[in-house]
Amino acid sequence: MSEERRDDAEAPEAERAFTSLPPAPRPRIPPVTTAKAPESTRRGLVASVGASTVQIAQEVGGIVVLTAQVLRALVPPRIDHRELLKNLYKMGNRSVPIVVLTAFFAGGLMTLQTGPFVKKFGATGLAGWGAGYAVLREIGPILISLMFSGRVGANNTAELATMTVTEQLDGLRALAIDPVRFLVVPRVIAMMVMLVALTVIGDLVALLGASVVGRIMLGIEWSSMYYSFADNLKPFDFLHGIYKSIAFGAAIAMSSCYFGVTVRGGAVGVGRAVNAAVVAAAVSIMLLDFFLTYLTG
Amino acid sequence: MSASAASPIRFERVEKRYGRHEVLAGVSLDLAPRMRLGLIGPAASGKSVMCKLACGLEAPDRGRIEVLGTDITGKREHELGALRRRIGMLFQNYALFDFLTVEQNVAFPLEQRGGPSGDKLTAAQIAERVAERLRAVGLAGSERKLTAELSGGMKKRVGIARATVIDAELVIYDEPSAGLDPVTTQKIYDLLAADQARTGAAVLAVSSDVVALAQFVDEIAFLYRGHIIYRGPAATIADAPDPIVRQFVRGELTGPMDDLPPQREGA
Repeated sequence: MSEERRDDAEAPEAERAFTSLPPAPRPRIPPVTTAKAPESTRRGLVASVGASTVQIAQEVGGIVVLTAQVLRALVPPRIDHRELLKNLYKMGNRSVPIVVLTAFFAGGLMTLQTGPFVKKFGATGLAGWGAGYAVLREIGPILISLMFSGRVGANNTAELATMTVTEQLDGLRALAIDPVRFLVVPRVIAMMVMLVALTVIGDLVALLGASVVGRIMLGIEWSSMYYSFADNLKPFDFLHGIYKSIAFGAAIAMSSCYFGVTVRGGAVGVGRAVNAAVVAAAVSIMLLDFFLTYLTG
Repeated sequence: MSASAASPIRFERVEKRYGRHEVLAGVSLDLAPRMRLGLIGPAASGKSVMCKLACGLEAPDRGRIEVLGTDITGKREHELGALRRRIGMLFQNYALFDFLTVEQNVAFPLEQRGGPSGDKLTAAQIAERVAERLRAVGLAGSERKLTAELSGGMKKRVGIARATVIDAELVIYDEPSAGLDPVTTQKIYDLLAADQARTGAAVLAVSSDVVALAQFVDEIAFLYRGHIIYRGPAATIADAPDPIVRQFVRGELTGPMDDLPPQREGA
């Protein structure tokens, strides 16, 4: 205590002015204990888990309802062709460069990872199979879907959410135009079609990347890689990735549209919606991938 | 096109609540054919909500709403399409489609809904009608602009052009003069009056500019704390017997309205 008094006396005037202020109330820190958490904490935890569960159930339910509305809007198929073409171009063509870039390096990476083992055991004939199998069945669809979700899905959510908060969806409804039929359906179709197309492009580019890296960095002959692909990869390996990309495309499209059209709360809400859509799409992709792989082998 | 013989808008004890905030607490309102009715009230009193209810964009919690002779209470979205084709609506925040240009925005209802009798219009007919509307609202020369390039007042005028391009039987204007200078406001109200005289449409207009509104509408209703507390001729609104209405119209700082209800965004 005496130490503190001496410090006060020696402090400059301005500093003493602060030290003369009444002490700030100290935060109440609960004592550390090894005893069980109090009842109220446990109840709070249960309530928090319950609220999250209800929210997730609401969101899943909302996506299911929107999916049903989209399917209903397709019978009869009256699609606004201008909107569809615009979205096909915007979502597909403009995504090609980034997909090509990532697919090339993803394919190359597969060869780079398997290359040392392949060379060690003198099994260069399997290098293409290793890279191709992984790319066609898993890495290609997943990587391209995640890229697509980040680029196209997020953009789609932001666009629809902005339209929602600026009453443009109400404007459509006031003109007797169904926003689901006019805005959501073309986007869902465009995203599903373009993700499949991008996956096909990405698969081819990834195989090329695997071959280039194999040749340049590991000295594997072009012909070895080619025959490794041709002899070991089956059409089903390719189709396996394609039907996954159809499912992933549907998941990205529905989650991005759902969070876009149900946004609340202006600009802050738009940000939250984009965030939620990207997270939901990523989780959906992983879950779908697991179950599709488990069910179809 | 003749206006429907039935009441264009009839609200019967309509209640609407957002969370714990009661916006409409049993509102009853009737609009006669060919009538121009103004709706005024403090901010967040539920005027825009009434516009959306009248167009079926929102559903009432209780009560009954009849629009152009059709009971829309409890109607599902796809059942309202035919009715909405007979209604023109100007939104408070324009609700213009930002993926379209000015002329595409105005042409949109004609392309989607067709002409007054629902018949498909040719591109030339649409272009002619759109050009006429844009000239009327003073936006000739802005046809190719995107809505993001427009000022608030210009957006409002595009919204008016879009709401009036189809000769609807009922037109709902939510703040038609907001963001406009006094001269443009007068021109716009003259245009709306001329349109109404030509089409015979019924009009519900919400505005905070009571003076300009009073020159356009036949009657004014005052919405306060969830109720229509006054309705009377527009010409004498400033001398309304209700002291709350008088205070609001005259813009007096003190009076029975001191205790304003809490503000709510978008109401």
